[in-house]
Amino acid sequence: MNRLGLRVVALGYLALVLAGPLGIVFWRTFEHGLAPAWNALTQPETIHAFELTLLITAIAVPVNTVFGVVCALAIVRRDFPGKGVLNAFIDLPLALSPVVVGLSLFLLYGRQGWFGGWLEDHGVQVLFALPAMVIATIFVSLPFVAREVVPTLREIGNDQEQAAYTLGAGGWSTFWRVTLPSIRWAVVYGVILTTARCLGEYGAVAVVSGRLQGQTETATLRVQERYESYDLAGAYAISIVLALLAIGVLVGLTVIRPREENA
Amino acid sequence: MTFLTVIVGLPLAALTWAATKEGSQTFRDAITSPQAIAALKLTLLAAVAVALLNAVLGTITAWVLVRDEFRGKAVVNAIVDLPFALPTIVAGLTILALYGPRSPIGVDVTYTRTAIVLAMMFVTLPFVVRTVQPVLEELDAEVEEAARSLGASSLTTFRRVIFPNLLPGILSGMALAFAKAVGEFGALVIITGNLPFRTEVASVYIFGRIESGDTAAAAAVAVVLLLISFAALLLIGAIRHFATKHERA
Repeated sequence: MNRLGLRVVALGYLALVLAGPLGIVFWRTFEHGLAPAWNALTQPETIHAFELTLLITAIAVPVNTVFGVVCALAIVRRDFPGKGVLNAFIDLPLALSPVVVGLSLFLLYGRQGWFGGWLEDHGVQVLFALPAMVIATIFVSLPFVAREVVPTLREIGNDQEQAAYTLGAGGWSTFWRVTLPSIRWAVVYGVILTTARCLGEYGAVAVVSGRLQGQTETATLRVQERYESYDLAGAYAISIVLALLAIGVLVGLTVIRPREENA
Repeated sequence: MTFLTVIVGLPLAALTWAATKEGSQTFRDAITSPQAIAALKLTLLAAVAVALLNAVLGTITAWVLVRDEFRGKAVVNAIVDLPFALPTIVAGLTILALYGPRSPIGVDVTYTRTAIVLAMMFVTLPFVVRTVQPVLEELDAEVEEAARSLGASSLTTFRRVIFPNLLPGILSGMALAFAKAVGEFGALVIITGNLPFRTEVASVYIFGRIESGDTAAAAAVAVVLLLISFAALLLIGAIRHFATKHERA
């Protein structure tokens, strides 16, 4: 096959699987003008769903950023028993079905679960409420920051950190003034990926949220709810907003990638 | 470490415990019920098909993105990552828009197995492309040209020169795509119709079991998926290990 043939195959494949379907969604959403899409987006339940998604993301992303950086430092700079296990476990959320994640949390925090009974006695509602949804989101978006930071840390080596120590800098000030500046683009990259994953989480949250309209319904759950209520316009409108966020993420990544390579 | 144990370890321990607490017989019954077997079989077959399709089309796409030049290549390169960033439920709806009941091209695959494969293809599209692309970038185009100028046909050049270098990348991309396809839920839940024995995949089966309160059966099948995920990760680790050792040798 010649060069042109391969190009046609590759572009045709992308068009049929990716670009084509996405184009149709945009077209269908705005088929009857902006008003129906706008009406769908300004329903109180939809606004609440977006607010909830943003709230969960706002909690999960900082938690995972701190965890990711600490984890990456531990993996690259320290030796400790169980490091191999840590290495294996940290990638697991990438390979695991979100439904399995949801079910695991369901079994842990549910009424018959290990923690469920105790929590219920103390009046703490985890399952079918915000805490479980946040934990589920943290779980599925756990590895992204660490995976970005680990290779960068390996590459820069620890010469500068050693130098800082020798010159009398403490652990904290070495981290803030030497380590963090050199990994900052990797962290930003990881944060963007984490944010995208948090905004789009569906399967795990679907299991643990109970999907109560106007209460525990996130934007992605709202898409399904609208679809099942035969409100295709509504489902498409919310999808478009989520898709635009995804495209924003892509643009962000494309802007950052060269910087990361130069850093 | 503690954080990881609480967030990841404990829930998975609870899952395994719930699946096995009533003895191995109950566990075996749960995963060998006809509906569970059908769902697991369908999931694995579809995921294998998707991994193979990805291997071929993903490698071609990566080659075109590295070696070919055309207008708008940067945009094409950027949209390859879109399935990573797009929520899976939106991915499902998107497939439905072009290949669903109101399809503008008259193709309706809803509630069929084709829909499952299509949706899995959508969400796994970047994996092989993104694992093969960097290897291909490192690989000198001159080697290919040398092979060609020495009289090798393009097929021979590919088979003897390019392919052996790309193989680790292709395999780890396939393993990632396979793992993702096996666990996929959001993209499939609205498009497959979830007909037991026909279009119900494992993750949707688990979800259905949870909804009907049969968490023991759900946990049993979930443990199977968990083991598959572990196996895929181990495989990727082994491929990476082999590839770096090979490189140093």
